[in-house]
Amino acid sequence: MTITETPTTPTPHSRRLTTSKAIVEAIAFEMERDPSVFYLGEDVGSYGGIFGSTGGLLDRFGKDRVIDTPISETAFIGLGIGAAVEGMRPIVELMFADFMGVCLDQIYNHMAKIHFESGGNVKVPMVLTMAAGGGYSDGAQHSQCLWGTFAHLPGMKVVVPSSPADAKGLMTAAIRDDNPVVYLFHKGVMGLPWMAKNPRSNDAVPDGDYETPIGKANVVRSGSDVTVVTISLSVHHALDVAERLADDGIDVEVLDLRSLVPLDREAILASVAKTGRLVVVDEDYLSFGMSGEVVATIAEHDPTLLKRPAERVAVPDVPIPYAHALEYAVLPRQDRIEAAVRRVVAG
Amino acid sequence: MTTQAAAQPATPQQAGGGTGLDPAVRLDLYETMVLSRTYEEAILREYHADKGPGFDIGKGLIPGEMHLSAGQEPVAAGVCAHLTTDDAVTATHRPHHFAVAHGVDLRRMTAEIFGREDGLGRGRGGHMHLFDPDTHFSCSGIIAEGYPPALGQAFAFHRQGTDRIAVAVTGEGAANQGAFHESLNLAARWSLPVVFVVEDNDWGISVPRTASTSVASNADRAAAYGIPGERIEGNDVEGVYDAARRAVARARAGEGPSLIEVHTLRLWGHFEGDAQGYRLDLEDAPSHDPIPRYETRLREAGVLDDETVTRIRSAASERTEDAIAFAKNSPVPDPASATSYVFA
Ligand SMILES: Cc1ncc(C[n+]2csc(CCOP(=O)(O)OP(=O)(O)O)c2C)c(N)n1
Repeated sequence: MTITETPTTPTPHSRRLTTSKAIVEAIAFEMERDPSVFYLGEDVGSYGGIFGSTGGLLDRFGKDRVIDTPISETAFIGLGIGAAVEGMRPIVELMFADFMGVCLDQIYNHMAKIHFESGGNVKVPMVLTMAAGGGYSDGAQHSQCLWGTFAHLPGMKVVVPSSPADAKGLMTAAIRDDNPVVYLFHKGVMGLPWMAKNPRSNDAVPDGDYETPIGKANVVRSGSDVTVVTISLSVHHALDVAERLADDGIDVEVLDLRSLVPLDREAILASVAKTGRLVVVDEDYLSFGMSGEVVATIAEHDPTLLKRPAERVAVPDVPIPYAHALEYAVLPRQDRIEAAVRRVVAG
Repeated sequence: MTTQAAAQPATPQQAGGGTGLDPAVRLDLYETMVLSRTYEEAILREYHADKGPGFDIGKGLIPGEMHLSAGQEPVAAGVCAHLTTDDAVTATHRPHHFAVAHGVDLRRMTAEIFGREDGLGRGRGGHMHLFDPDTHFSCSGIIAEGYPPALGQAFAFHRQGTDRIAVAVTGEGAANQGAFHESLNLAARWSLPVVFVVEDNDWGISVPRTASTSVASNADRAAAYGIPGERIEGNDVEGVYDAARRAVARARAGEGPSLIEVHTLRLWGHFEGDAQGYRLDLEDAPSHDPIPRYETRLREAGVLDDETVTRIRSAASERTEDAIAFAKNSPVPDPASATSYVFA
């Protein structure tokens, strides 16, 4: 876990892809390269994944490697675990993070613990993908992020890309990783045709073999006045705010963590050492989660780095409401992020 | 049709598709189906009215996912005809036909779907999360997870010394989920007053039953738990009515749970916006629409005439449009109250 100095921004000649297409590209590349990689989940075949995570893969690789499952998450996630233990490299899709409850035992007691319990003798090289996040009135059972829950439970890496290039690079790294990797994609960064378009969800993506190391945060915008530490869709919101505040002479640094496990604590410390001010933005629930972990990192290392108390912008420990006005009130969107940044720079 | 003898076997007349049914009952069944369809057609209209340009799922007066039950009305109408609002119904992510048939207040349900303050959940729940304590109606967006709470409602009704029952609904896709099997076993073992209803519309989103399910009929699975299981073919409301009568009577009599699977029809997409490119049975699906078919049958039996059809349809429209107007006039919840109701 080191601070990312290596530039991972794509080369200028790269084509633009949506995040979902970038994910598919990484999976296809790995499936080509390694016959032990296969994809399993609900509606991943002819539908192409409800969030476009497997578009075209069935046609390319056939139904022995792109497999529609019954609605039996415990069984098919467990199947992925068993296959991984025997040397295959399954990518298993749980359609929404919100569905973790029906299959959590397989995830946290089996997938995540086998390596430990075997004293390091058994590896579980699988990727568990799922969609997260709200913002389109899908209600309390279909809008959660829950990455903090996965991150809290030891034994699995937790990756959450924000951009198409990272989505490709991190998927490649996840498939090649010998550990279980939970790979969460926020619906709002996928570039889906049926959702509000986020301009950054269609962006340059490097060709060919492209890997982004898991555990290295990315300074997506460098600034001197305040650090916004965040992940996933909130990176985009933070960049919007940073652009707006630049006009008011406030120079915001935006740090995209890219993964919660491992957490790039050095990158957090380095950025806050530079700016002296911290806002953490998280679309997951406020308490006992990522935002607390980031603030604790500073508090434990050197609280004097902060010139002002840190601010946290997250979902205030309430299930995601359905009605648009209520949902937007609890999500960490631009208005709340901007207000928090203004408060920490005011002192 | 019957894979295992039900506790109260059908009389030959009843087994013949309910031809012996009281005309008033037949009219009621028809009326319930028409109301449900009329209601959903209006929801469909309102849902798509303001989604553009293009289709943005988060936009419009009704945002979010929308799963409509058109084509599956016979299931709800046939089952709920035997219930009162003292009985519990736990529906799925596709809940409207059951809500309508069980008598959930249309105005408050619609206000919820519109995310308004006068909605069943004050705009917090939405169309997949309708909770109505007045009719003991609920639903869940997590597949098969409505089954276990239904056991608890049945348990409470039984402990409270009543003959009230709980009806738990899933799709055939959901019948592959662990909660389904655990619930059947527990309800059977404890002889709980539950009627399990499986709506087999052949599809779990894009996955056909034949590709997901190890048995041709979920009624066979009931046998594994020692309870009666019946499969009703033909999406026939009177067939459902008959099977439900037996299952409900058995539950009320304290004889335990039963399972009814209805082979039904998802007339529209899994959710609105679903292009259904995977679907091969669409071509002739509309001709299987159970409502015009039942209408024809009732006309032929002399139970329905033009005048009655017109009356039933216009009453359904009136109630629907009243509910939509009520929803539209209900206030949007105050953003300042967004964190309310987490705790009692
Ligand atoms: C535990 C869980 N897994 C997956 C889903 C996503 N999902 C919603 S509806 C559905 C298909 C359900 O099929 P079925 O039970 O047959 O009901 P139908 O939609 O056909 O009415 C799926 C896979 C979910 N909501 N919950």
